[in-house]
Amino acid sequence: MKALASRYLSLKIPVFVLAAGVFAGALTLVAVLAPFIAPYNPTNISSFNLADSEIAPLFLGGDDPRFVLGTDNQGRDLLSAIIYGARISLIIGAGAVLFATLLGMTLGLIAGYFGGWIDAVIMRVADVILSFPTILLALLISGIARALFPAAAEPEWAPIILIGAIGTHDWVQYARTVRASTMVESAKDYVRAVRVIGLPSRQIIFRHIVPNIMASVLVVATVNLATAMLTEATLSFLGVGMPPTYPSLGTLIRIGNEFMFSGIWWIALFPAITLVSLILATNVVGDWLRDRFNPKLRVRL
Amino acid sequence: MLRTLISRTGQTLLVLLAVSAIAFVTFRYVGDPVQLMVREDASFAEKERLREQLGLNQPVYVQYGRFISRVVCGDLGISYRNQRPVRDMLTERLPATLELVFVATVLALGIGIPLGIYSAIRRDGALARLLQLLSLIGMSTPAFVVGILLILVFSVHLKLLPSFGRGETVQVGWWSTGLLTASGWRSIILPAISLALYQLTLIMRLVRSEMIDVLSTDYIRYARARGLPRPYIHFKLALRNALMPAITVTGLQIGSLIAFAIVTETVFQWPGMGLLFIQAVTFVDLSVMAAYLLLVGLIFVIINIVVDILYVMLDPRLRGSAA
Amino acid sequence: MIRRGLLIGALAALMLAGTQAKSETLRWSSVGDVATLDPAAHNETFTNNLHLHVYDSLVRRDRNMKIEPALATSWERIGADRWRFKLRRGVTFHEGEPFNADDVVASVARMLDPGSRGAGNFPSIARAEKFDDFTVDLVLKGPYPLLLNDLCWLSIMSKPWMEKHDSLKPGNIAKNVTTYASTHANGTGPFIVESYQPDSKTVFVSNKKWWDKPTHNLTRIEFRPIKSDATRVAALLSGELDLVAPAPLQDLDRISATQGFKVVQEPSFRLIFLGLNWRPELLAMPGQKNPLLDLKVRQGLWHAIDIETIQKRIMRGKAKATGTLVAPQIAGYDPKLSVPYGYDPEKAKKLLSDAGFAKGFKIDLNCSNDRFIADEQLCVAIGSMWAKVGVEANVKTETRAAFFPRVDRGETDAYLYGWANLPAMDSISVISVVLASRKDAYGGNNPNGLSNARIDEIARAAAVELDEDKRIKLLQEALKIARDQVSIIPLHLQPVAWAMRSNLDVPQFPDEYVRLWFANLKK
Repeated sequence: MKALASRYLSLKIPVFVLAAGVFAGALTLVAVLAPFIAPYNPTNISSFNLADSEIAPLFLGGDDPRFVLGTDNQGRDLLSAIIYGARISLIIGAGAVLFATLLGMTLGLIAGYFGGWIDAVIMRVADVILSFPTILLALLISGIARALFPAAAEPEWAPIILIGAIGTHDWVQYARTVRASTMVESAKDYVRAVRVIGLPSRQIIFRHIVPNIMASVLVVATVNLATAMLTEATLSFLGVGMPPTYPSLGTLIRIGNEFMFSGIWWIALFPAITLVSLILATNVVGDWLRDRFNPKLRVRL
Repeated sequence: MLRTLISRTGQTLLVLLAVSAIAFVTFRYVGDPVQLMVREDASFAEKERLREQLGLNQPVYVQYGRFISRVVCGDLGISYRNQRPVRDMLTERLPATLELVFVATVLALGIGIPLGIYSAIRRDGALARLLQLLSLIGMSTPAFVVGILLILVFSVHLKLLPSFGRGETVQVGWWSTGLLTASGWRSIILPAISLALYQLTLIMRLVRSEMIDVLSTDYIRYARARGLPRPYIHFKLALRNALMPAITVTGLQIGSLIAFAIVTETVFQWPGMGLLFIQAVTFVDLSVMAAYLLLVGLIFVIINIVVDILYVMLDPRLRGSAA
Repeated sequence: MIRRGLLIGALAALMLAGTQAKSETLRWSSVGDVATLDPAAHNETFTNNLHLHVYDSLVRRDRNMKIEPALATSWERIGADRWRFKLRRGVTFHEGEPFNADDVVASVARMLDPGSRGAGNFPSIARAEKFDDFTVDLVLKGPYPLLLNDLCWLSIMSKPWMEKHDSLKPGNIAKNVTTYASTHANGTGPFIVESYQPDSKTVFVSNKKWWDKPTHNLTRIEFRPIKSDATRVAALLSGELDLVAPAPLQDLDRISATQGFKVVQEPSFRLIFLGLNWRPELLAMPGQKNPLLDLKVRQGLWHAIDIETIQKRIMRGKAKATGTLVAPQIAGYDPKLSVPYGYDPEKAKKLLSDAGFAKGFKIDLNCSNDRFIADEQLCVAIGSMWAKVGVEANVKTETRAAFFPRVDRGETDAYLYGWANLPAMDSISVISVVLASRKDAYGGNNPNGLSNARIDEIARAAAVELDEDKRIKLLQEALKIARDQVSIIPLHLQPVAWAMRSNLDVPQFPDEYVRLWFANLKK
């Protein structure tokens, strides 16, 4: 405990970064443990009753103790829906970042290490990918998925399609970062030296290059988690994301938005607050990490 | 230099072609336009007849070939939904989107740069810290949430500004502009703010960090030590160096602003290309979808080339090298 | 300081300018825009609705939805397949051309052209023939009882105008042809198109030379489509619109409680129902016998739906629950069939277990999320209700672009659908298109193997029966079979609800059409 405290002091984490980190961590924990924490399972449609719809939250005069934050238009417990929604948002955000990191690192390494026409092809594909709006890519990816596996139209597939769609857009950043770092690293004397010895490319890449670029990749990844969740919410808001039977926070806001003027504004408000604070917390932490660990900045300090 | 540029452009166009092919093929799985074109009690045979008329029963590569050969001749086809030339529809919508993006960019630069400078100079001041926090909140709030809030506050509650549309437009040649009428300006304020917010925070943070970097360089320290006036140091020496990356990023971001306008245009019913695209998606209007895709890709290619040229012009070191 | 003051003043002026609307101008918004101004280039109900403001037809619906003379003053059947129409004299088109028989012949030919999207709405007409300048014969393909119903939607265009603008034939996507008429309109109707900006704004001005005496007092209509429900309501409440049609159900209470606004609503013609899979196997349970083939299961599924709660919660008391497939105003309606199977989960469970499905079964439930009122909500609610009697429904919602083709391909076990019996306003529509088995021109919307020999017989007999009493008897018999056999599960007639400023009077019609030539704005 003491060690931890002194460790913290030595890192000099500002209080509100710490608060944001704790908040994001707590929310993540709640989301991971959703099946044990949430009062109901909102994805099980037999668990809610239409007769319970549109009950106000307790602190707004709602009279049903079963529903702390009230219910939505289907009679779903809003608290459970938000917990599960955050879970879906986090799963998709983390999944997309993981997918983008792996894809981007692989392609960036290949492009940077081998150069030549492989590099040209990868980087031009990257250019074009960047030029397409994510929503367009999401439609494309779901189109391809449906063409290849008809089962992809099932709601269970929606998160995977979203991860694929967002990841396919985001890998470009990693590829560019990694490619640049790889080029710098491979131009260094020690890599040239091991190349001359005749070490296989694979070994050079994984022993010598990858460890050196991990720091910048991790920083980009944290910052990207926030934008990935933001994109997921936007897609769900536009109706091409998570279906209403497996609502993410964006889906809840989309549904709630239709009830904006009908007096049951809480269906949109609470998910929106959750979403914004989750992304904000991630951004605060990511921001701090970037300032703290960005190798480029550290050199300058 | 010129050769690099040409070959890069060529490569990009090639990939664009490939992506448009993939897009064309996969759009077919988004839905079936025929079902939406016939009346609801149409018989099966009627639908088949229409499918045949439109060539939708032919192999996909044949359809794509026809599409590309038409596009090369400058013919973007006819919309399934309302039987009008897609080119006309895009030219009608293009000004709306570009004006929205333009005003949003001006807002983002006009507010983002001063705020960035301020928070760099008064780095540890309370206001600068507050601005940092606000910019993080701005980055974390989805554009659609901002849009809905703006409508609620400024249209429904305060009744100050319109909640949708472009207001009165004036025709200047083929370009319809909303920037020459009072109602046009009133209408563009809310959507432009909603679109600009993310950009604004990005620019502000970029200018701040670049300014901080520049302010800690030796020549600025030297200038300070020499006792040059503060405004001269900040605005003549430091800002010039800090602005370059901000402007580059803004340029590159124009493409994604056009893409992001899809969301803003949906919320504010702004009659631009993004709205057209969303409508095309709900109707599986293949020719409109494909044309939009090509146009957005093309705009991006042009922006990229312009940025490349600017880079070379501004940075003498790049001249002659084949970077 | 002075400069800043000026700036603020200018901004304030900018913000205030234009918030005042002229009282004779009606600003109206709907979900979608008119797809085209060309009457032959589309098949959308809403587009047709807007066209009726510009184009007249030979006959039209009056304020009570009865058919009355319009450009034709009288008509008679002069043979089994020939009708003669006397045309109105002294009518002129918006651009000044006088109206005569040539215009009718050219308009009918244009509508029946192979490139026309609207041709299918006039299945009975073979051609039009000019008898004299003000008399036209319509030649039919055979005996047909519903000609006048169809003619209400046949827009009459000017022949010289079409010739002048090379638009005698409609546009054709396949041949890459578009026409002047898709962006310009020249009818004889009560309003003239002043400007047309697709998806943004269409302006109509009143036709001072209209042949009929106007009952409206509008001088100008500004139509602006707004897709998002929330934005549309926001625009009404902020004073930017006078009429929102349709208005979202969930906002009606709030709007009518707001000073200066009112809401009108009534059940429409559109029946919302669940279509079922009649093939040997369900998609959700491949390799097993389809439980839906057992009448008891279908009855059980109907009894499991708590239609009262759906009406109260989702439809907010604005829809009308029904047990039959057509609205009361539609020919063939039988009040004896109109009571739904009551909500009785115990009975539903009993029926299911009698049929051998005590442990329930799995079923796919598909629906659109952007076509019918609260379609997505209805599906989730029904899925939840079925789950409570042991039927595990896999609810899938998607956009109409994906949903309708899926239904058409028969890739559904149960699906939420709507049928309004428009434009004919006759039960023959639902019987021959939804209930009759898919063969020849029948069963266009019966994709999943529903088949009943007697209904097939009736569909064919009623289509040519000219004795109205006998025809109605046939239609009623078919509707009774459909209810007894639970061919489809009817839910309710969805409401048509409009929100407007209190000073606007506009009558509502169950076909959901907005007819602004009956509108009045009070000062």
